Parts: sequence; structure tokens; C-alpha cells
Amino acid sequence: MTLLSVENLRVSFPTPSGPVEVVKGLSFDLGRERLGIVGESGSGKSMTGRAILRLIRSPGHQIADKMEFDGIDLQNRSERQMRQLRGARISMVMQDPKFSLNPVMTIGAQIAEALRVHEKLPRRAVRARVLEMLEAVRINDPERVMKLYPHEVSGGMGQRVMIAMMLIPQPDLLIADEPTSALDVSVQAQVLDLIDELVREKGMGLILISHDLNLVARYCDRIMVMNAGRVVETCAADDLHKAQHPYTQGLLAAVPRMEETRDELPVLDRSQWSGT
Amino acid sequence: MPADAPVSKRLQRSAGSIGGFVVVTLLTFIGLLAITFFIGRVVPIDPVLSVVGDRATQEQYDAAKIALGLDRPLVMQFFSYVGDVFQGDLGRSISTNRDVAADLTRVFPATLEMATLGIIIGVGLGVPLGVYAAARQGSWVDQIIRVFALLGYSVPAFWLGLVGLAVFYAGLGWVSGPGRVDIFYEGLVPARTGLMLVDAALAGDWDVFWNALDHLGLPAAILGFFSLAYIARMTRSFMLDQLGQEYVTTARVKGVPEWRVIWGHAFRPIRVPLITVIGLSYAALLEGSVMIETVFSWPGIGNYLTVALLNADMNAVLGATLVIGAVFILINKLSDVLYRVLDPRSR
Repeated sequence: MTLLSVENLRVSFPTPSGPVEVVKGLSFDLGRERLGIVGESGSGKSMTGRAILRLIRSPGHQIADKMEFDGIDLQNRSERQMRQLRGARISMVMQDPKFSLNPVMTIGAQIAEALRVHEKLPRRAVRARVLEMLEAVRINDPERVMKLYPHEVSGGMGQRVMIAMMLIPQPDLLIADEPTSALDVSVQAQVLDLIDELVREKGMGLILISHDLNLVARYCDRIMVMNAGRVVETCAADDLHKAQHPYTQGLLAAVPRMEETRDELPVLDRSQWSGT
Repeated sequence: MPADAPVSKRLQRSAGSIGGFVVVTLLTFIGLLAITFFIGRVVPIDPVLSVVGDRATQEQYDAAKIALGLDRPLVMQFFSYVGDVFQGDLGRSISTNRDVAADLTRVFPATLEMATLGIIIGVGLGVPLGVYAAARQGSWVDQIIRVFALLGYSVPAFWLGLVGLAVFYAGLGWVSGPGRVDIFYEGLVPARTGLMLVDAALAGDWDVFWNALDHLGLPAAILGFFSLAYIARMTRSFMLDQLGQEYVTTARVKGVPEWRVIWGHAFRPIRVPLITVIGLSYAALLEGSVMIETVFSWPGIGNYLTVALLNADMNAVLGATLVIGAVFILINKLSDVLYRVLDPRSR
């Protein structure tokens, strides 16, 4: 069953020397599965995530032949109708909790807001749901954490708060945009395990955006490799090592391994796939 | 800050911070006294000469000097000056021949009234305009607000005052002219606070109230326009900065309506820098706008200070400077307190 279907998505930004396309005709289908989008910085993977939520801000511009979520045409929805979808049905975990949480609102208030914009609930029920959600993301002493401000918690905890905030209205699709790249290596796995567990439990779709091939291979069913705004290869996570495209092979070759010593990491030879 | 700290401990801490606050304020005030005092003694104005006049004999001059206590060492003079100030004695003004303290309680409320109404107009319009301009950056509304704000920077105060009087008083007759009230209303209500509007309201004399408001409206609106220009510009740039932050995107991802993204999320953190901006423009208005007070024959502190300066009336100058300095200290301290209330990171 298809949850999200995107055809020929293009995102462009105007510059003095004409519009620059950062996503150039992207198409993919997503079921209730875990899709990884990998690529280097500037390959358009984050913009793809935002475009699904129609959150490309002016002067940026997005256009697609088709963008359908659970039978809903996302392109024809008004801004108001989009807001009803955002958070409630499609949600996004942002990169760095240091910047993506409001610095002057308590954690409890921020999580509660995510629920309250979509559901009319009595204050007590909201509070109970927030506590329950904080427990689900393994936060000890949620009563105390609710009253804290973002600067009073660690990065890993901040990201768990972020996940709680994005999952509390029980969306069907979660986009995780580099959810662990701002975190210490030691807590990265914890956060990803948590996302993985919650997504499986609720049978949601997941789009995991990352530049880390190994990580995506571990947590996703399918992988889409992007380069310069285009998909260069799509494959099952288990078959990543069999990747055909020279770009993917180049990326794989650049991943350092524990058991080897290399003086120099290989450099991508871009002439193999791009015309220039 | 642990929220579950015992109540007694929290009380203790806030009592401690209030104590520290009082001490710091007092020290700042004494520093202000020292600076104004020494500047007053360093300027090449002979206070004795300005009392006795330049035709006095040497004996008269010396006698006046001793009577004023100016023969004593500077440090002693300073200590007795500080003592006098803390007793509310700012000396006698030679131009009005009254106690400076009494003069100031008459002129400062006039300025306070105008400045307060001015800052209310400036904040009430400037902040929403700045937020709106930032939310619609680049649109024609933004352009109009920016031009409007630029006018507030570049138009001279006296010109706007004169044009305002010519148009709204002489031309259209919408407002009353210069002065605080019409002449036949003067002295009708007892001066309890010195603020004409408050006094009239306290006395229940609404005729005087509306007349005073009629007089106050135009000059206060002009002052308000100047602070509006500054406040709107600063608000706009603070807001633009916040609207580019990631947490604003987070709020949009949650499905929060745009007006709440702006006022509930992006506006909250800018309240802290805004308080500084508003505090400074309020303090600037409280210094008294000499131009506006002159054009509108407003008996305020700006006018008083200018007249005192021109007459080499040092007691009045020092007294007025002291009041203005005290206002600055007070507003700064108040901003500090508000920071702590509004920004959890500074607690």
C-alpha cells in the first residue's frame, strides 16, 4: 500500500544568475516502510523532506507532477489544509535540538502544543499524554523534565524531547532529517533505536535522511542515493554492497573501516557520472 | 534552576538578590552624584559670580563664597553635597529663586506625562508594525513601514512640531495649542501628582481631563512617532533574525498556525532585546525633548535644563542632571529585572 507517492518533484531557488534547482525531478513511492535517503551535503535530501511538508519558504519554489499522501493531493491543499496534515499526519524530526527547540518555552509546553493544535483535549488529558509520551522516549522523571527549558537538557535528551513532540499527535509518516548528526556517537544509536522502535510499534512510514551510509543501511529497508538533486540509485538496504552506480560505489569506498589502515581515503571521480 | 527547591531557600535567594540589587543601585547613584558634582565644579562657570553679579566688590564676592561653602576643600564640598541630596536638598536655583527640588517636582511630571504617553504610542504601534513588516518581508507593506520609520529618523523634531501645530491646531482645529491646559482651566485641580491627567481624574474634573489630553495629544504623538520609528526598525530586525531560526520551522512542522508561529514562538525571545530598546527610548524621552517642549511651551525638564544652562544656574543644572541620571539607572535596573522574568537562560 502506498503511503506517499512523489513524481517529478523540483525545488528551485532564485539567484541573481537565474533559478538554481536543488531537487531536479525526484520520483519515489513509499509504503509503511523505512526509506533511507543518502547523499552528500547539498544533494537536496533535506529539501526533499521539507518539500513533502510544503515547507519550502519563499523565495524558494517547489513543483511536482504528483505529490500524494494517503490519497490526499498535497499540491492542491490550501495552507490551512496543509497545517492540519503537518504534525498530525506527517511529522519531521529536525537536526539539532540546540536550535530546533524554542529556547524560552518549557519542554512540557512545547510538546503539549504539538498535541493541542490538532486535538481539543482538557488540560489534564494533555498533561497525561505528554507524560506518557516522555516516558515512551525513555525520559526519567518526566514530571521534572516537563518544567525544564531546552538549555537545561543534554543534546541526546533534547532529541528525545523532539521525537516525543513529533510523535505525540500520532502521525503516519515521520521524516527524520539527520536526527543524530548533532549528537555524540555514544547517544546516536540510542536515539535511532528509539525512532526505529516507535516507528515499528505504530506501523508508521519513515524517511531517514542522512549522509551516513552504514547508519541508513542498518535502520532502513530501502535506500535511495541522491546526488546533485537527482536519485542516482535505489536499492534494498541489504543489497547496498552490490550497488551498481559509480557514485554509490565511490561513497561506499570512502567509508572507513575499523580493521584497516589507509593513508588516504579515495576521492570521488565525478567525471564518471556527471557530464562535466 | 531546580523547580523543586525548598520554598525557604528560594525566598532566601530572592531576598539576597533584592538586597544586592539595592546595594548596586545605591552605588551607581553615588557614582552618578560624584560625576555630576565634579563636572559641575570643573566647568568654567564661577557659581559665586553668577550669584553676586560682575559688579560686586571683592568683599561681597568673598562673603558670598563663604556663604555658599565654596571656600572648603572640594572633597568636603562633595560630602556635604551628597548629604544634602539624600535629605532632598538640591540647593536654590538662581534663575527661579526657588528650591531646585521644588522646581523639579513641578517640571519633571510634565515631561513624565508627555514621555509616558509618547512611549505608549511608540511601543503600541512600533512593535506590531515591526513584527508585521518582518513577517511580510519585502512586501509593499514592509516597504511602507520602512519608509515611515526612516522618516522618523530624518525629520527634525521642531519642524514636525511646528507643522503639526500649523495643521492640526491652526488649520484644522482638531487639537488644542501649546501649554498643558487652556488658561481658564489652569490651577483648577490640586496638583497631587503633577501629572495633569491623573490629577484631573483624581479630582473628578473631566473637563480639565479632556482639555489636558487635548493639549497633550499632539506633542505626545510626535514624540511617539520618533520612538516608533526606532522601535519598529529594531523589532523588524530582531524578528527577521528569529524567523530564520530552526525552532520556527519546528513550530510550522507541528502545524501551528502562522500568527502563533510569529507571536507565540518567534516573538517570545525578542522580548528581551526589545526591553532594552524600549527602556532606552523611554529614558531618552524622559530627558525631555527641548525642541518639542519649546515649540509646545511645555514646562518640562528639557526646557528647565536649557534655561538653567543658559543662565549658568549650576544648582538647577546639577539637580536636573541628577534626576535624568536617576531615571536612567532606574530604567536600566527595571530592564534587568524583566530580563530575568522573560528569559529562562539568564536566571
